[in-house]
Amino acid sequence: MATNEEIQQDLEKREYDAGFITDIESDTLPPGLNEDTIRHISAKKDEPQWLLDWRLEAYRHWLTMEEPTWAAVDYTPTDYQSISYYSAPKSSDDGPDSLDEVDPKLLETYEKLGIPLREQEFLAGVKNIAVDAVFDSVSVATTFKGKLQDAGVIFCPISEAVHEYPELVKQYLGTVVPQGDNFFAALNSAVFTDGSFVYIPKGVRCPMELSTYFRINALNTGQFERTLIIADEGSHVSYLEGCTAPMRDENQLHAAVVELVILDDAEIKYATVQNWYPGDENGVGGIYNFVTKRAECRGVRSKVSWTQVETGSAITWKYPSCVLIGDNSVGKFFSVAVTTNCQQADTGTKMIHLGKNTKSTIISKGISAGRAQQSYRGLVRMGKGAENARNFTQCDSLLLGDKCGAHTFPYVEVKNATATLEHEATTSKIGEDQLFYCQQRGLSEEDAVNMIVNGFCKDVFDELPMEFAVEANRLMEVSLEGSVG
Amino acid sequence: MLEVKDLHVSVDGKKILKGLNLTINAGEVHAIMGPNGAGKSTLSNVIAGRDGYEITSGSITYKNDDLLEMSPEERAWAGVFLAFQYPVEIPGVNNTYLLKAGVNAKRKHQGLEELDAFDFMQTVKEKAKLVELDPSFLSRSVNEGFSGGEKKRNEIFQMAVLEPSLALLDETDSGLDIDALRIVAGGVNKLRSPDKAIVMITHYQRLLDYIEPDFVHVLADGVIQKTGDKSLAVELEKHGYDWVKENK
Repeated sequence: MATNEEIQQDLEKREYDAGFITDIESDTLPPGLNEDTIRHISAKKDEPQWLLDWRLEAYRHWLTMEEPTWAAVDYTPTDYQSISYYSAPKSSDDGPDSLDEVDPKLLETYEKLGIPLREQEFLAGVKNIAVDAVFDSVSVATTFKGKLQDAGVIFCPISEAVHEYPELVKQYLGTVVPQGDNFFAALNSAVFTDGSFVYIPKGVRCPMELSTYFRINALNTGQFERTLIIADEGSHVSYLEGCTAPMRDENQLHAAVVELVILDDAEIKYATVQNWYPGDENGVGGIYNFVTKRAECRGVRSKVSWTQVETGSAITWKYPSCVLIGDNSVGKFFSVAVTTNCQQADTGTKMIHLGKNTKSTIISKGISAGRAQQSYRGLVRMGKGAENARNFTQCDSLLLGDKCGAHTFPYVEVKNATATLEHEATTSKIGEDQLFYCQQRGLSEEDAVNMIVNGFCKDVFDELPMEFAVEANRLMEVSLEGSVG
Repeated sequence: MLEVKDLHVSVDGKKILKGLNLTINAGEVHAIMGPNGAGKSTLSNVIAGRDGYEITSGSITYKNDDLLEMSPEERAWAGVFLAFQYPVEIPGVNNTYLLKAGVNAKRKHQGLEELDAFDFMQTVKEKAKLVELDPSFLSRSVNEGFSGGEKKRNEIFQMAVLEPSLALLDETDSGLDIDALRIVAGGVNKLRSPDKAIVMITHYQRLLDYIEPDFVHVLADGVIQKTGDKSLAVELEKHGYDWVKENK
């Protein structure tokens, strides 16, 4: 039977199976960032003046800001002048009207990743998901637009929404995460290239799962996507994003912003399976994942849940948050984060309770192996008006080996005496006795590790839509692959 | 079936087993008794393949194979089962799911098809009755929140499902009340057969009233000091272990 040390060594050998590079002709801006870069991006996308002004305002604000250093992560700072802020496959210049016009190499890329973009592949009835595929800086395909339109649902690249639904975009963009919210959000506001836009009209239950797959391919390119989802009164939508990138020796920057707006009695379930390239076993390369995600429950009885499975990225800095404004609104955060080798993650959530009887739940499961460091950082704030608000927080950490670390930073601010908060935290090592027990019953060591880890994550996986729970399980197995001594 | 020859085992440099010999044939039931720290659990753990034991010399042959060369799961596939003295809790892992994975891993190794979910559930429900295990335990996390007695009962239930050739019961009777002991012993007795062997490690003669052994061994100071039939256990109860050492 392998010792923890052997398991650890094997974990360090795990392979990243989404690490291939697609050889495709790209239209890429030279590295560097200034007002002209932004004008150029805006012109490429043929944007209205108001949006260019909005971007420039964000950029000017960003120039006055400093990169935050409070997170428990250690990395070489990004040189913002050395990366390119726009890269698009050349063949999409004219904008494909149907999948037949999409470069076959792109379709192949997504197929390799297990994401079929041809609708007939869905029609077999295996999955019922509409997909928006974002490749570097642009959306290359969106499936099932027609079927969704019949239901009144808008699901399209945000660059398209700017032209097709300017009023909606103008009304909501930047209202949840303002341009100057934080360093990375300001940068994103200045240079964001694409992402998904979703609008679910009043009383509509979205007929299928919506999903966006992000792929960074080009060298030295940052990806700055922006997602905006609006759930109008009484509507419901379940959304998933997935992310991968090729293996490269350089660090690549990903600074996304996601804004969710939930009105009366509406609900958004947002799930992320993040598998950006984590770097090699010595910590060379990998994605810097600096992401701002926030949901505003503006309506009464509105609900939002963030479910995230984070296995990739060299550095993760991410705190999907819920602002519970409407009375009786509910926010939930379920997270599984896996860090191995030299990965570092500082992740958690913020629950801001403003309305009466608002409720929030936080369940965070962190798994560390190798020399990885992981922190849970969470804030629960009960505002003055948050009568009878409740929060429950549970943070569990599982350590594999003795060179990794898990840290918990829970912040609590309570301004209303009727509020209730509960916090539970555990840290455990994967027990050699648990492994031996499973092996004695006939499981191989690898299967035993997978079973124990999946058991540890069960509370969170149960929250994922069925199709994605399978994907999450598979991803965990890949992450922990080769753990047999 | 099992041949332990001149087995020497150390833990953290401390000698625990010092030349132990033991032969077990199919169809036999053996009881191993002895004072605390004599090496009883060490013996069962070494047979099952637990890490952390240094085998300095000696051999263990099982069905003509060198057991010490096999991984714990290979031993399990070959029919070695250990009922743990302290069954381990595994949060979030369904009891039946673990067993199914175990059974199918063994079948795969034997070149058999995996059992389908329906057939497996039939077997499981049948075996659960054997040890009067409430069906609700089948879908609960492995041993999580089980009482001491429930954990021990779960071990025997697992043994019934996995159908081992050689079952090692490490203090399965400890922590059981009289009723639970009767039920567990009843379950073990139903699993006795001419092609299976059972080794019980126990401190108490009481268990042997329910499961009658063919041989009783007294293990002390790292070797088998004395071997006899059931009456040896009665003598032990009367005179204590020092008597054995004096009357080798």
